[in-house]
Amino acid sequence: MDSPILEPSLYTVKAVLILDNDGDRLYAKYYDDTYPTVKEQKAFEKNIFNKTHRTDSEIALLEGLTVVYKSNIDLFFYVIGSSHENELMLMAVLNCLFDSLSQMLRKNVERRALLENMEGLFLAVDEIVDGGVILESDPQQVVHRVALRGDDVPLTEQTVTQVRHLLPSIHSLTEKIKLVSSGAP
Amino acid sequence: MIKKFDKKDEESGSGSNPFQHLEKSAVLQEARIFNETPINPRRCLHILTKIIYLLNQGEHFGTMEATEAFFAMTRLFQSNDQTLRRMCYLTIKELANLSEDVIIVTSSLTKDMTGKEDVYRGPAIRALCRITDTTMLQAIERYMKQAIVDKVPSVSSSALVSSLHMVKMSYDVVKRWVNEAQEAASSDNVMVQYHALGLLYHLRKNDRLAVTKMLNKFTKSGLKSPFAYCMLIRIASKLLDETEGGHDSPLFDFIESCLRNKNEMVVYEAASAIVHMPNCTARELAPAVSVLQLFCSSPKAALRYAAVRTLNKVAMKHPSAVTACNLDLENLITDSNRSIATLAITTLLKTGSESSVDRLMKQISSFVSEISDEFKVVVVQAISALCQKYPRKHSVMMNFLSNMLRDDGGFDYKRAIVDCIISIIEENPDSKETGLAHLCEFIEDCEHTVLATKILHLLGKEGPRTPQPSKYIRFIFNRVVLESEAVRAAAVSALAKFGAQNDDLLPSVLVLMQRCMMDSDDEVRDRATFYMNVLQQKQKALNAAYIFNGLSVSIPGLEKSLHQYTLEPSEKPFDMKSVPLATAPLSEQKMEMAPVATSKLPEKLAPSRQDIYQEQLASIPEFQSLGPLFKSSDPVQLTEAETEYVVRCIKHTFSKHMVFQFDCTNTLNDQLLQKVVVQMEPSESYEVLHYVPAANLPYSQPGSCYTLVRLPDDDPTAVSCTFSCTMKYLVRDCDPNTGEPDDDGYDDEYVLEDLEVTVADHIQKVLKPNFGAAWEEVGEDNEKEETFALASVRTLEEAVGNIISFLGMQPCERSDKVPENKNSHVLFLAGVFRGAHDVLVRARLALADGVTMQVTVRSSDETVVDIILASVG
Repeated sequence: MDSPILEPSLYTVKAVLILDNDGDRLYAKYYDDTYPTVKEQKAFEKNIFNKTHRTDSEIALLEGLTVVYKSNIDLFFYVIGSSHENELMLMAVLNCLFDSLSQMLRKNVERRALLENMEGLFLAVDEIVDGGVILESDPQQVVHRVALRGDDVPLTEQTVTQVRHLLPSIHSLTEKIKLVSSGAP
Repeated sequence: MIKKFDKKDEESGSGSNPFQHLEKSAVLQEARIFNETPINPRRCLHILTKIIYLLNQGEHFGTMEATEAFFAMTRLFQSNDQTLRRMCYLTIKELANLSEDVIIVTSSLTKDMTGKEDVYRGPAIRALCRITDTTMLQAIERYMKQAIVDKVPSVSSSALVSSLHMVKMSYDVVKRWVNEAQEAASSDNVMVQYHALGLLYHLRKNDRLAVTKMLNKFTKSGLKSPFAYCMLIRIASKLLDETEGGHDSPLFDFIESCLRNKNEMVVYEAASAIVHMPNCTARELAPAVSVLQLFCSSPKAALRYAAVRTLNKVAMKHPSAVTACNLDLENLITDSNRSIATLAITTLLKTGSESSVDRLMKQISSFVSEISDEFKVVVVQAISALCQKYPRKHSVMMNFLSNMLRDDGGFDYKRAIVDCIISIIEENPDSKETGLAHLCEFIEDCEHTVLATKILHLLGKEGPRTPQPSKYIRFIFNRVVLESEAVRAAAVSALAKFGAQNDDLLPSVLVLMQRCMMDSDDEVRDRATFYMNVLQQKQKALNAAYIFNGLSVSIPGLEKSLHQYTLEPSEKPFDMKSVPLATAPLSEQKMEMAPVATSKLPEKLAPSRQDIYQEQLASIPEFQSLGPLFKSSDPVQLTEAETEYVVRCIKHTFSKHMVFQFDCTNTLNDQLLQKVVVQMEPSESYEVLHYVPAANLPYSQPGSCYTLVRLPDDDPTAVSCTFSCTMKYLVRDCDPNTGEPDDDGYDDEYVLEDLEVTVADHIQKVLKPNFGAAWEEVGEDNEKEETFALASVRTLEEAVGNIISFLGMQPCERSDKVPENKNSHVLFLAGVFRGAHDVLVRARLALADGVTMQVTVRSSDETVVDIILASVG
């Protein structure tokens, strides 16, 4: 049989890719030297995109690697591992990445929103995979750790709903201030 | 997935990408604002994002540029903006290999990793470990130990994973953190548990006892993390594989119990582990197969894919075990994921009955053009397996294959088809002509030189023996006219074979040869001239030696010998017999039934095992005068696998000597062995000349010692001998942890099993593609014949196997395969005896209440004939 017993290792993910609907790279992180040069990487990405962008399936075997993927509007997410890797582990990484981004972008997972929040993406991937090892697979934890604070976004850029969310807390704050001041002799 | 296009397309295309047309130099220019006070977090953040984006796009940063950006960035540590700080960590990691002097941020990072902000601590550890080397690591060791057992999961996980990365670089330092990792393994957090387990295994993997203990502990206490369970399953199955323990061990029970886990990931991992175990019985497979069967109807494509792919693997060895899933697999034939559909069909091809073959083939040809090359190869392999199972179906298969051959496809795909057709031809003589015709058609329009030459070679070998050899000449000669040099040269060689075998074609072949002598390429011209002259002699012996059965020497060996010859000019002509022989004849490579995805194999021609030994032995001064290495045996185990010292021996035969190479491994971690030799006591008149000791044999690092023996001159027939072997050495006890040995030691010895030298050690296998021609070439001068009765052997296959392994010769003309239901068989064997004497053996076997064998031996040397007959008797 082809695969000897899998060498037990935490190194699971070979690459994480995000391409746009022209197949251009928006994000790519390779964790080992399967594709050492940029040229080889881009060729691989092109091949991957050509083979997957028309189909709705979520898994494929390409160039001897297992590729799990997911598309949304104009974005294509890929997680790549060895062909002997547990496909469901790779799937867990893909789902975590997608769900984290979905929360961070407020369900608005599309190219423009992503480009406006590139630092969030960088930080999220950094929290999900470290050097090929799955660091975290729970999107809640990832979002929590990335901790993109909304408050350094100027008020004008915030949506009305957000401001509404803020209002009750301002109310309670004023209540507290009143309490404190009234409690004082 | 629902694709929504209702989004307002105000800014279509690339216009909305704020990072498009970023200029590296402009961004680096912008990075100067990092030095402005006060720091503007938002702008700085944006610039760092741009830098990382550029790096991510594959933009190259020079050392100067990277260093400058890096140093500017360090100033941003003064800001307390959280996101900005996090981006600084990322930038450090990205630039760690590009910039110089990255270690200057060590103190800032150390401060963050021990600080109060939990959000900083994890990422700071990861960034710090990225820029740390072994010497620096000692300085932060204390903090790392604390971080591993930290209560905050992200901190602990980061420390564990970073430690794992650093094991490669500083094993000795990280090894000291085992206790902390142990503590982390009992954490409540699922990821911490997983990472701790991974690190612990990595630190202990060379110590089987420790791994076993660890497994016992975790399998009993139970884990929370599905990832950790998968890891445990892998460790357990590796341990099972190494110990070769029976499947009744607690490890197997553990893996099987995981089939009932709540998490699909764990269940699948366990099923896959069981399926991949060697020698698994059908009963042990059954529970794994039934969970995979359930997965086949999962709504998740990945799970269906994983299940059907694993079932496909099961079907290769145990088709009957998968039959129960046939119905579920049938449902997957129309799966929208073509990969799943292909795997389902190929699995069914293996498990289904002969009657379903036609239907499945029709189904698969309907979408074969849509699937990727990898899966086309899977299909071809399935067909190849099918042909072996149902030889009667070969005409259907051949048709299908020839259609696939006409479609577009990459090299691997085409090669798989060609290999498959060739194997069908070899298995079924009646398919030979159709097969050859398909291949002829294929090379008419074939862009792959390798395949064209391979097919031409096959045509040269098989074509002349078909009823109508003349029809192939046209196809071959077309290649001479149309193709590249390599193909033309191969075509010329193929033509020559037709000329040599078929007298009535010879005149026409000579005419064509004449034309080839005008070719524009040297190689083609040379070959044509050479063959022309050989053919004109019209001598069978010449044809056999130079056209049918080419050189049998090892190519790297020949290169080396020729190089040596040119360095030391001498009057003597170059002696072909001094060149070591090729060990693995080319046609012997079996097509491995590798399912899916082995396309990443290294393609370069590796030097053979024997060439490597030749090199190693030549570097030892004592062995330099022995001449070329004639043969190296396979390793023979001289100890049990589980003993204190593991020793195996490789027998190297030279023309007048033998060298025994003992590969020894010391499995005691509290001992250092020195001056290790293996003392040998021969039973015959063999003379031990010299011992080359292994100076040091530390724990688990294999070392080799050698013994040089002279073969008896006076009695050339004394080919077999038994040696009793004892390993002698000096023991120095040492500390198992540090490996520091005591000052003085004591002598000790260890008795090994006896070592046998047999006739097979004196004979090298050589493949004669045309045995008949070789038989005539050697002639009957030294022919001898004897008849033996093999009373203990019951079948012809067994007899053939015994003779081959006993004589160590190469079976030719596929005579090692005994056709079914026959009670007589002829086996052809070829080899070269030590001292460069060709030996050919023809053994006629007849089955009747035991096997009767008539052996005829021919050789260029009479003594050799006697030796062989004497040893068979």
